[in-house]
Amino acid sequence: MAKKQVVTSNINGEEVEFLCKPQQSLLEVLRDELDLTGAKEGCNNGNCGACTVMLNGHPVNSCLVLGVEAEGAEITTVESIAEGGELHPLQQCFLEDAALQCGICTPGFLVAAKALLEKNPDATEHDIRFNLANNLCRCTGYDKIVKAVQNCQTQSKEAVSP
Amino acid sequence: MSTETPDKPQTEVFLGKTDYKVIGTRPIRHDGAEKVTGKAIYTADFKLPGMLHGAILRSPHPHANIKSIDTSAAEAMDGVMAVITAADMPGLKDKNANLGEGSVNLLDLGSNVLAHGKVLYRGHAVAAVAAKTVHIAQEAIKHIKVEYEELPAVTWVLDAMKEDAPILLDRVRTDDMGKMSDSPTNVAKHIRFEKGDIDDGFSQCDIVIEKEFRTETVHQGYIEPHASVASWNEDGHLKIWTATQGSFTARQQTAELLELPVSKVTVTPCEIGGGFGGKIAVYTQPVAALLSQKSGRPVKVTMQRNEVFEGTGPTPGSYMKVKLGATNDGKLVAGEAWLAYDAGAFPGGVIGPGCMCVFSCYDFEHAKVDGYDVLVNKPKTQAYRAPGSTHVAFAVETIVDEIAEKLERDPIDFRIQNAAKEGTVRVDGLKYPRIGLVETLEALKNSDHYQSKLEGPNKGRGLGCGFWFNIGLKSSVTATVNSDGMVSLIEGSTDIGGTRTSIAMQFAETLGIPAEDVIPKVADTDSIGYTDVTGGSRVTFSTGLAAYKCALDIQDQLRARAAELWDCEPENVTIEEGVYSHNGDTMTFKELAEKASQVGDPVAGSATVSPDCFTNGFAAHLADVEVDPETGKVTILRYTAVQDAGKAIHPSYVEGQMQGGAVQGIGWALNEEYFYDEAGNMKNASYLDYRMPTCLDVPMIETIIVEVPNPDHPYGVRGVGEPPICPPPGAIANAIYHATGVRMTQLPISPPKLWKAISEK
Repeated sequence: MAKKQVVTSNINGEEVEFLCKPQQSLLEVLRDELDLTGAKEGCNNGNCGACTVMLNGHPVNSCLVLGVEAEGAEITTVESIAEGGELHPLQQCFLEDAALQCGICTPGFLVAAKALLEKNPDATEHDIRFNLANNLCRCTGYDKIVKAVQNCQTQSKEAVSP
Repeated sequence: MSTETPDKPQTEVFLGKTDYKVIGTRPIRHDGAEKVTGKAIYTADFKLPGMLHGAILRSPHPHANIKSIDTSAAEAMDGVMAVITAADMPGLKDKNANLGEGSVNLLDLGSNVLAHGKVLYRGHAVAAVAAKTVHIAQEAIKHIKVEYEELPAVTWVLDAMKEDAPILLDRVRTDDMGKMSDSPTNVAKHIRFEKGDIDDGFSQCDIVIEKEFRTETVHQGYIEPHASVASWNEDGHLKIWTATQGSFTARQQTAELLELPVSKVTVTPCEIGGGFGGKIAVYTQPVAALLSQKSGRPVKVTMQRNEVFEGTGPTPGSYMKVKLGATNDGKLVAGEAWLAYDAGAFPGGVIGPGCMCVFSCYDFEHAKVDGYDVLVNKPKTQAYRAPGSTHVAFAVETIVDEIAEKLERDPIDFRIQNAAKEGTVRVDGLKYPRIGLVETLEALKNSDHYQSKLEGPNKGRGLGCGFWFNIGLKSSVTATVNSDGMVSLIEGSTDIGGTRTSIAMQFAETLGIPAEDVIPKVADTDSIGYTDVTGGSRVTFSTGLAAYKCALDIQDQLRARAAELWDCEPENVTIEEGVYSHNGDTMTFKELAEKASQVGDPVAGSATVSPDCFTNGFAAHLADVEVDPETGKVTILRYTAVQDAGKAIHPSYVEGQMQGGAVQGIGWALNEEYFYDEAGNMKNASYLDYRMPTCLDVPMIETIIVEVPNPDHPYGVRGVGEPPICPPPGAIANAIYHATGVRMTQLPISPPKLWKAISEK
């Protein structure tokens, strides 16, 4: 088997150096080497979105990225969404709106939804559904997930308006 | 009542008590923060020092004899620590084990975990490896040499019933209503239920409609693949951390297969990423345990997604012939059903409940049901949310819709006229107690959705009903009052969708404290009394009942403690909403808890229950669809789910069950199926090709909760998880008919199938 390589990335705001085999996915590296188990493996082939993380500002399926490709990259995971001991408003909305049942898809949805709202705060219901279609949830029927994202939009607007 | 669309007028159907303080509110779930931050520990996230990783070799053939297995090359690989086959499983014996909610043949159970002599479906586990890394383990299974003798395979249930069909298991005989057949067969069981006299019944009918239906195998589709970590100690004690719907049944199945006393196995249920019935049978647990025993190290076994599709238990494909008759004045009189469900590769599918559910929504006098449990070369089927009921609801609701149409009756009025109610005797002989189907249908009739108009070409509206028993079974809880006035609540029910909170809420209501003052925890099998699976829509009902009784136990102890402090008799202490009083002196629960912690024994309570009843859940759904006649694609324009919850403890999670069940049913109706080639190989074992609904495929799912209290529960709770998957295929097929004039009798109603039917109209 091929030798491990040294890879340096910025993960959740910290410079991290790790060893990784060429065949290891970014998801494996995050989970198995760096103990960041928030990203989940549901399919390992880019179909379910449970492993969604931000790579250089874009949401990606981390199971489809090789660990070695993360050299020099900026990565953020679900573990960095809550800051300073406070849940992010989106996390709070997911809880208040009961947008999770078993919770296994939740990290992926949160990363993807946060990316969407940062890019398009005025996303319509269709925009939300289109952008979250990469993430599978089998428990909720999506209703409460979409509503949680919409409620987060409403709250953000109320927070900025005088 | 609670509704998803508060801006729209909806009907209130609420027949129970309303002045609860906790029940009916929507607190944030106790395990919420760790689930939105990625901190919650699912089995795949769990690690032990020195832990090895497993991989499972699976059959590439749908049916073959195993001539030999040579593991030597794999064993010789660097980093490989153990290799196992069925020969390593001591409990692989032809005997029945009672698993609480039914018995299982250990030879069937064990040879499904690791094939014994034969492989019976593509994906059937044959051998397993533990190695230092998962990559080595996955490489090593390729070096296990298995010599197969390929056999013809059969995957369609009616083909498997033929005289000349390939026989899967030589030991199987037909249990024909108690009488065993003589020669090997794929038909493991024939069930019959009858009431009245169907010949007489049909002779009274002015209209009789008979149709044949076919459905395909579908999977529960939980996002978390099966996973287990096992650590076999040198003293013979086995510890397992696993994704399971029932830690106690996982413990017992594993113990039986390994010939260990149950007390030598500790099962810790990790957070679970969905189950829907598919995480009750063991798959990875005994494999990880045997690998750990052989290697002397902890071992983790995690499935890949294709292994989940091909190697775990989906729910069956079916053939159904159903006949219903009614009089011109709209009264259903007689019904007959002939049902063949595939069991997959081993006996014991879901035909039993299918037979009991087929006419469960209607009250008519004459009925006969024949059901067959049939082996085919597909994975051993398992429960999937209301197992067996969705199939028959699709058939019956289609025919009911057609009768209503032919009699020129409103489809809801026709159903209300014929709806099962208190006193209706089901075909299997059960007499319903107070149930809420009529109220459910009335709420749908009065809904904004039903009252709205649907206009335009290629659009149609359809209605469907569904039923699930909702079981009781055994539950245990214990609780400890802490000095700060909060209460730790320990339970054995795996929490899949928020039941920690729904149980804590019932406990809190009973004690008169806030839900947030209860700290619910799901414990391992050594730390709580026996508790049956999280399944059968039983947890909020049954474990909730245990929590209620445990709260009364705590309350009695605190009353006695208050009496000691006030130097009075316990019966002279009054308790109202968590405030204890005597002669003008009062103490809140918190104050009393603090005082009680300073003097006397700790206050701890417990309760165990095994309610021997069904809570009988009914649902009615309404779907508006638009069909693209050029492609056969169906778009759901609007969808409303109505259900009798008895009492919604946490309305958001009741709505969530209704919405999630509805969307699973929508997937089943429109797209999901195991697709097999001629040889019997599944060709779509990935999420991309199996194609469950995404959020872009469905609209908001409007919900109306009806509350007709269950007389067998102190707060009126009925199970809610399962009924909502039953109505969608019927409702959508009916909507498609009203949009296109085409009656679709095969699931899924996928675009090619519907396009063909429209083209041939």
